[in-house]
Amino acid sequence: MGIRRVLADRISGVWMITSLVTILALPLIIGAGLYLKAAPIMEQQSLYSLIFSSKWAPSTGEFGFWPFIAGSLYVTLFSFLLTLPVCLLSAIYLTRFSSPFLIRIMHPVIDVLAGLPSVIYGVWGVLIIVPAVSEYIAPFFGTSSPGYSLLAGGIVLAVMCIPYVLNMLIEVFKTVPTGLIEASLSLGATHWEAVKHVILKGNIPGIISSYGLGIAKAFGETIAVMMVVGNVVKISANPFDAAYPLPALIANNYGEMLSIPMYDSALMFAAFLLLIIILVFNLIFRYLIHKTRKQ
Amino acid sequence: MRKIKAIEEKFFIWLSAFMTYSLILVLAFIIVVIFYKGFDALNWDMVLKTPRGGYYYGGEGGVLNAIAGSLYIAVGASIIAIFLGVPAALYINVQLIRYRKTQNTIRYFLDALWGIPSIVYGAFGFTLMLWMGMNASLLAGIITVALLISPIMVRTFDEVLSTIPKGLYEASLALGSTRTETAFRVIFKQGFSGFITAALLAFGRGIGDAASVLFTAGYTDNIPVNLDEPAATLPLAIFFQLGSPIPEVRERAFASAVILTFIILMLSFIARYFAKRYSRTNLK
Repeated sequence: MGIRRVLADRISGVWMITSLVTILALPLIIGAGLYLKAAPIMEQQSLYSLIFSSKWAPSTGEFGFWPFIAGSLYVTLFSFLLTLPVCLLSAIYLTRFSSPFLIRIMHPVIDVLAGLPSVIYGVWGVLIIVPAVSEYIAPFFGTSSPGYSLLAGGIVLAVMCIPYVLNMLIEVFKTVPTGLIEASLSLGATHWEAVKHVILKGNIPGIISSYGLGIAKAFGETIAVMMVVGNVVKISANPFDAAYPLPALIANNYGEMLSIPMYDSALMFAAFLLLIIILVFNLIFRYLIHKTRKQ
Repeated sequence: MRKIKAIEEKFFIWLSAFMTYSLILVLAFIIVVIFYKGFDALNWDMVLKTPRGGYYYGGEGGVLNAIAGSLYIAVGASIIAIFLGVPAALYINVQLIRYRKTQNTIRYFLDALWGIPSIVYGAFGFTLMLWMGMNASLLAGIITVALLISPIMVRTFDEVLSTIPKGLYEASLALGSTRTETAFRVIFKQGFSGFITAALLAFGRGIGDAASVLFTAGYTDNIPVNLDEPAATLPLAIFFQLGSPIPEVRERAFASAVILTFIILMLSFIARYFAKRYSRTNLK
């Protein structure tokens, strides 16, 4: 073998493994970088008071992230409630009942929905969802709302998460062996009963993880939510009230964060918190999905 | 009893069909709304001119600065992501081909990495930028977006590579080629359609992402010439213009949204076309 070929093999081997290790180490590097930046504020205040205090006054040095965490939790909850039935039923329909033609159409539809930038969803939310909430939905429930609200954020987030969750659910449902369904049909079950008892009951870990990953995605979504959710610092579970989710806080204040002491450290703490929460969610639910795939 | 069962079945099948079709309607609705709203303000000036004096009060100009900035950042980031992602994906599918467990563990971590939101990458890019003593610039934007899209690139490419039959790899080794030659000349060629899809997907993500460039790329009315100059980006242009109280500027935000949506849709079509075209000659 020519020495040049061996040399090329060695060099590119090193290049390949370096790239892979770099990419795999990314969460550690990001975590370490953010942690170093967040360390000053974590020394000054206890972790508990940072997370659960609701006093937010950066100019006097009080950083309580609870209003923002609660805002994130509520907007994620609303989006979850909306994605739940849509994704589950569509995934069932697409894997069990639909014509091949519809499946051929749905593939690009899901891809395009997943590929649209979040700012486009934000524009759509501002144009359609916000006025719809303030003019139709809020009066229908007998209240008034400025439109920029948790509900608007939830709807926009739900539309963004649907392709993501739907894709994973379809993958999960596809792993069900046809023989299992045929067996239950031959025992006299209707098609829907077979779906209920075989597809749904047999795939509970897969279904939970798909939604868990959808929730993690919704939790970290920034621009689209920020455009429709109102960005008012207060804690309220009322869907017609405005809120201020954690990612929106980081994105909105990057300009001033260097002019107020500790502010940059506090915002980096917020980013660190976001990273940890989402990484933990992803690691747990991805693990469940990988396990179901192996079976 | 039988009747209730039949009704339940009818009802749920009908309901799930309705949900599925409504997804197509939602997509159509979003695209129609964006195009309908933005079409009035869209003209060649929007695409071909940078903002002139008083642009943000309704004066003349366009968003060429943002279009160029977004393209620069996405192209630069995609190139870095290709240089990181292609060898990484090939490594998983060539060198590690005998270690199924390691492969799966790596895929598991890559999937988890995909879930990290772009705002976290943005915040990290910002700390990296301060640490290296840079200002918000084209280079900082490119690096941050490259980090964001590399896992996407690897995982998408890897998904296609993993379907390549093991025999091809064995045949190539049996003919006396080194692993590198196998990786780049045989496996890469066979998975070329996957490479195109992955690169275009990563490119589209790079163009459309706002949260990661918010901190790192800055914003300017000029087209950047050097890597250390700040760069405007299309998503941020939409975001900032939409926040304006002046109706004309808001109209332009809608027009910019049309431009961005158009770019993303075109990328999606191109990716589909190439994926089909280059997988035709593959060995099955």
